[in-house]
Amino acid sequence: MDYHSPASFAEASALAENATGITRFLAGGTDVLVQLRSELVTPDTLIDIKKIDGVHDVTRNADGSWTLGVAVTGAEMSEHPELGRDWPGVVEAMDLIGSTQVQGRATLTGNLCNGSPAADSVPAMVAAGVTLSVTGPGGTREVAVEDIPTGPGRTSLVRGEVISAVNIPARGENGGDAYQRFIPRTEMDIAVVGVGVNLRLDGDTIAEARVSLGAVAPTVLLVKDAARAIVGTALDDAALEALAAAASAACNPIDDKRGTIEFRTEVAGVLAKRTAKVAYARAKGEQA
Amino acid sequence: MALDDRKSIFSFVGTRPDRPDGLDKVTGRAKFGADMSAPGMLHGAILRSPHAHARIVKIDASKAEALKDVKAVVTRADFADVPFKPGLEGEFYNVLENVMAGEKALYDGHAVAAVAATSALAARDALKLIEVEYEILPHVTDVDKAMAPDAPVIRKGAADYSVPAGMHPNVVRYHESGHGDVEAGFAEADLIIEDSFTTEATHQGYIEPHACLASLGMDGKGELWCTTQGHWIAQKTCAALLGIETSQLRVTASEIGGGFGGKTTVFIEPVALALSRKANRPVKLVMNRSEVFRATGPTASASMDIKIGMKKDGTITAAEGIFRLQGGAFPGAPGDMTAMCAFAPYDLTNVRQVGYDVMANRPKQAAYRAPGAPMGAFAVESVLDELCNQLGLDPVDVRLKNAAAEGSKASYGPTYERIGLVETLEAAKAHPHYSAPLKPGQGRGISCGFWFNHGGETSVSLALSEDGSAQVMVGTPDIGGSRASMALMAAEVLGIPYENIRVTVADTASLGYNDVSHGSRVTYASGLATIKAARHAVEKLCERAAVKWGIPVEAVKWENGCAVPSGPNAGDFDPLPLADITADMGATGGPISGHFEATPEGAGVSFGTHIVDAEVDPETGKTSITRYTVIQDAGKAIHPTYVEGQYQGGAAQGIGWALNEEYIYGDDGRLQNSIFLDYRIPVASDLPMIDTVIVEVPNPGHPFGVRGVGETGIVPPLAAIANAVSNAAGVRMKQLPMSPPRILAALKEK
Repeated sequence: MDYHSPASFAEASALAENATGITRFLAGGTDVLVQLRSELVTPDTLIDIKKIDGVHDVTRNADGSWTLGVAVTGAEMSEHPELGRDWPGVVEAMDLIGSTQVQGRATLTGNLCNGSPAADSVPAMVAAGVTLSVTGPGGTREVAVEDIPTGPGRTSLVRGEVISAVNIPARGENGGDAYQRFIPRTEMDIAVVGVGVNLRLDGDTIAEARVSLGAVAPTVLLVKDAARAIVGTALDDAALEALAAAASAACNPIDDKRGTIEFRTEVAGVLAKRTAKVAYARAKGEQA
Repeated sequence: MALDDRKSIFSFVGTRPDRPDGLDKVTGRAKFGADMSAPGMLHGAILRSPHAHARIVKIDASKAEALKDVKAVVTRADFADVPFKPGLEGEFYNVLENVMAGEKALYDGHAVAAVAATSALAARDALKLIEVEYEILPHVTDVDKAMAPDAPVIRKGAADYSVPAGMHPNVVRYHESGHGDVEAGFAEADLIIEDSFTTEATHQGYIEPHACLASLGMDGKGELWCTTQGHWIAQKTCAALLGIETSQLRVTASEIGGGFGGKTTVFIEPVALALSRKANRPVKLVMNRSEVFRATGPTASASMDIKIGMKKDGTITAAEGIFRLQGGAFPGAPGDMTAMCAFAPYDLTNVRQVGYDVMANRPKQAAYRAPGAPMGAFAVESVLDELCNQLGLDPVDVRLKNAAAEGSKASYGPTYERIGLVETLEAAKAHPHYSAPLKPGQGRGISCGFWFNHGGETSVSLALSEDGSAQVMVGTPDIGGSRASMALMAAEVLGIPYENIRVTVADTASLGYNDVSHGSRVTYASGLATIKAARHAVEKLCERAAVKWGIPVEAVKWENGCAVPSGPNAGDFDPLPLADITADMGATGGPISGHFEATPEGAGVSFGTHIVDAEVDPETGKTSITRYTVIQDAGKAIHPTYVEGQYQGGAAQGIGWALNEEYIYGDDGRLQNSIFLDYRIPVASDLPMIDTVIVEVPNPGHPFGVRGVGETGIVPPLAAIANAVSNAAGVRMKQLPMSPPRILAALKEK
């Protein structure tokens, strides 16, 4: 196994492009190292991107948007004084992953690139409209988060491409986001269903919304019908029921050791309602 | 001298000092199974079957053996070479079959070969080069399907004489007991409820994986360091499997990171010894978590039918239970224990119970805290709860009305001596928890539970030092704070401070045979032996005082750590402290030690009553345990903190078993959840603060009144939680675990 710690993303990209066999980028390592130890994936080339300048920075840009380096950990996000005020849903989703120890290592980018449909931070990022800067042999492009995963363990990134930054939009006025997941325990578990909701209000009425679902299909879903069900409403009971129905209708889950098809489909609707209520309250400036 | 055999007023017993091993454990100085190394040591790794049931056609290890880092490869052939024993029978044969497959791989994870190499990485890489040709056979993992006529036969001839003719060969043991006339009893009932229940296999979930360091020479002399609940059984079993003399293998028990019954047998130890013998180097073997789940003992899974008749006033007129337990591909599922314990809390005129031990293509079950009892209690106490609900009766009152007491004929045969069930029920009724109002969506559950407790072969030595301190050598690994309890009991007898006593778990070369730390026996049996060894030393201390004073030994008694004249006629001497006697013991007759060995028979059965509140989310089926109270008879709590710890631990493990823990097998017979991420043991935030009440009804079979407390605490939780959840959800839950998908499905069918 070859280990590299490049000084730039261009160098990282070139290393990956020229590598043979299995290549993995190493940020926090909470998936890569675990898979290595349990002999699920033994990479031939390991490219550590933690030593590239700026990868640990959390930056609020002049327009109110945020740029997060790819090695920013969950703990750094949770402890940031401003980020969670703008994007509590993204931060709480990341914070749900693993233990305190894992939080000291785990990153948004790693959670995304691991390609798990049950990744907690991904529905929250999809709802928030996050984009990723992707550096490859041809330069850097910007990709919507929902376009990265293509199936369990797979992404749309091609050989030589590496995510070089996480871009979170400006929060703007009267907005709120939230993420909730269902697990049989209270923590330290994998989502059986996850729901991200991000919305903006015009008075009491929802002007814009994005609703996403995790763990109910081969990839995290952006559910436009679920957003339509609540846009133009004040999240009354009828809107909530329509939201739940749209969320359940979008599910295409599997039966496995973590949950049944029926359970996931039903609970997706339940959680969509609960998550939307939290996002709505946050948009109104209420504590939730 | 005069020594009261029974004691009820104590100076040390009942206090709560820090445990003597505490500092080592919180600082990392304590040495666990994987913490020992030796010069020239090799690392072992085990190749495991990916198939649930397959004939092993051929094993070709030549490519692995050709590697320079590989120093030995062993298969079953390396165990069959038994120089002076004609072959193994009974449990030794079963253990050998389990630690290294013979003709067939019997479950996913079954060991088929092992490697010793110069590094752990080299050993794991070498495993990939061993080629095993399998002929895959049909498999069965479910207990009811394993008993069906068309089930694949796991091993012909495994059944013993107890099994009635006509049963499937996978049924290997049969138990039937009871008394009275159940049909006549059912005829007297105002209401009869008959229902069926299932529980899944759960793992003991100890945090420390199995680990050992083995060294065995070609001369048949060996050393073994391992994490175990019983190093003498490890010694005896390993010696038998390797064909060496028992006494030539010295076994030392490491500190143990949990066992709960699962470390009462051997898994990797004989393999490490075989590798060591072949390589002529020490070999360390450490399991990973997945190996622990796939190849070490979970508990049995169960399928049960219960029928109970009750009068309108709550009197049970008859009770009947059929208990089918699946214990993996070997005999040993505790169907008999389940049957014997299920109705044991009640004084019944008419009772009948049947237990089946059934084999399936799963790992060999191992003991797990009161093995067999929790499942039966779940089924029986669920039916009792339903009877109470339908007859409008208070569940504690009904249990009090039927409770067994001194003189009751137990459902499994004997007549009870003094027992404390009624006292636990009265304490439950008086506890504020029982009368606390419930919120909407919450339900309350009650259950009683019983466990036999055990005595077992026990040997303890105690030696005094010239400075007046004492060392106690016990043979029972400390799995629950027992060194603290032993020190308290020795302090009580000797009359010296707790801190002046060091308790050591001696190796097999330093003490006579000791049974395993199981059966809730350690505080009872090693405690009894410690008390008697200390009394033995006190006799000698009195003799030395008598010599010093020039009076007969009968005129000396022991009081508060001093020899004193037994009465005014004995003479006028100042009390002689222990340290003054030991200071010149070399000159007054030599070292002063005490020893005791026996198989004490008076363990004293134990009962508990649990109260649980649960809240069920009607939209997701998720259960929260909102309040939990454990009430249990300890006889006498030597160190109350560790008694409470046992109570809380039983409840915590019971919560996991009831709600989310289960072995999940795919259609291919492979275990689907062999990591803690998907084998859902409760995390700290899943548990409420677990309240405890120690009831003390002294055990007449122990000098200080001790009853074992380790196991009874896991008997009531499954039932108490199921009753709470069923009452909260408004639908009877008959299948464990009560995972959210199961509860949501039950709510929809309501």
